[in-house]
Amino acid sequence: MSSLYVARNPRVAARSLDGEMMIMSGRDSTLFTLNKTATILWQAADGATPLEQIVQQTICKEFEVEPGEALRDAETLARDLATHGILQISEEPIVRGDSK
Amino acid sequence: MAPLNTEVAQLSVVIEIGDMPVRVNTTDVAFLEILEKRYAGFVSNSQSAEIEFDVEVATPDVADRDADVQVRFHSGRWSLSRGDFRAEWEPAIRRGRIRQTANPYSIDACLRIVHTLVLARKGGFLLHSASAVRNGKAFLFAGVSEAGKTTISRLAPSDVTLLTDEISYVRKCDEGYVAFGTPFTGELAKLGENVSAPIAALYLLSKGRENRIEPVPAGEAARGLLANLLFFAQDEELVQATFHAAFEFVSRVPVSRLTFFPDARVWELIR
Repeated sequence: MSSLYVARNPRVAARSLDGEMMIMSGRDSTLFTLNKTATILWQAADGATPLEQIVQQTICKEFEVEPGEALRDAETLARDLATHGILQISEEPIVRGDSK
Repeated sequence: MAPLNTEVAQLSVVIEIGDMPVRVNTTDVAFLEILEKRYAGFVSNSQSAEIEFDVEVATPDVADRDADVQVRFHSGRWSLSRGDFRAEWEPAIRRGRIRQTANPYSIDACLRIVHTLVLARKGGFLLHSASAVRNGKAFLFAGVSEAGKTTISRLAPSDVTLLTDEISYVRKCDEGYVAFGTPFTGELAKLGENVSAPIAALYLLSKGRENRIEPVPAGEAARGLLANLLFFAQDEELVQATFHAAFEFVSRVPVSRLTFFPDARVWELIR
């Protein structure tokens, strides 16, 4: 069982417009438009639900993909989004006392 | 023996852009004349000012206008700097100071930055776009360099009032958004008229073989707007405020793509 947890970074600004999720980094004003998978991941990234559970409950249902492969792809995606400061990832649940 | 009088007369001018009067104080007569000439049409006789800057005119030393702009907020004070100026501004007391040489470009950059900071907290922004008023309505024409901002400004017929060919001033109001004329010029090198009007449309410019207006999806509209926003501050709170302001704008103002052949007929589409 993957112990990876993901949370939305509160230091970015995000808006969904006609199904497109756009995110701007507060750090350097870079604008990102998320694809469908990344949008699902972003919306489910509450810091408390393990990534494996997110994949099983949302991504596998949406894309009819094999769970093991979907989890590997989701981990890669989550780490990529974390590199850009969009998501936070941790091997422990991410509890946010101060969202700022 | 009479004491030496070391007091120097303080001169000032109020530059009012976007309904926001900014008083600039200086002791340098030549610099004051530069300002009055540069901002002709935007000089106000308002006695009150929302912000007051004391300008220290320095002797020429380092004056790299191409250097990166640094805009940071710390301990209640904004610090603004570029190769050719340094400035500080304390919003709580509405005062600041600028150190620069006697030229109009440094203070121009400084004013643009200050206006973006003030507007960001009010849901407004400065936008890389030409803008003009026709039939009491303002139209914005956004695009990067060479997109056609100056061209469409130059082609405007006589019943069109040009607000700017380079940087539009957008304020949020109860009913929607208002565009104001600015002295911030592009290649046309002609100051905008100091008037305002409610914004009827934002056009994303591109040049083509024919004139046509096409709606753009909401996401593309937001990206088009964000790509042309002027924003300088390295400040997460203001970045987020400006981001959300852009989405609010595109939810309330029609955004279309205007492809145009560079002749005056394009203005037949804009009414």
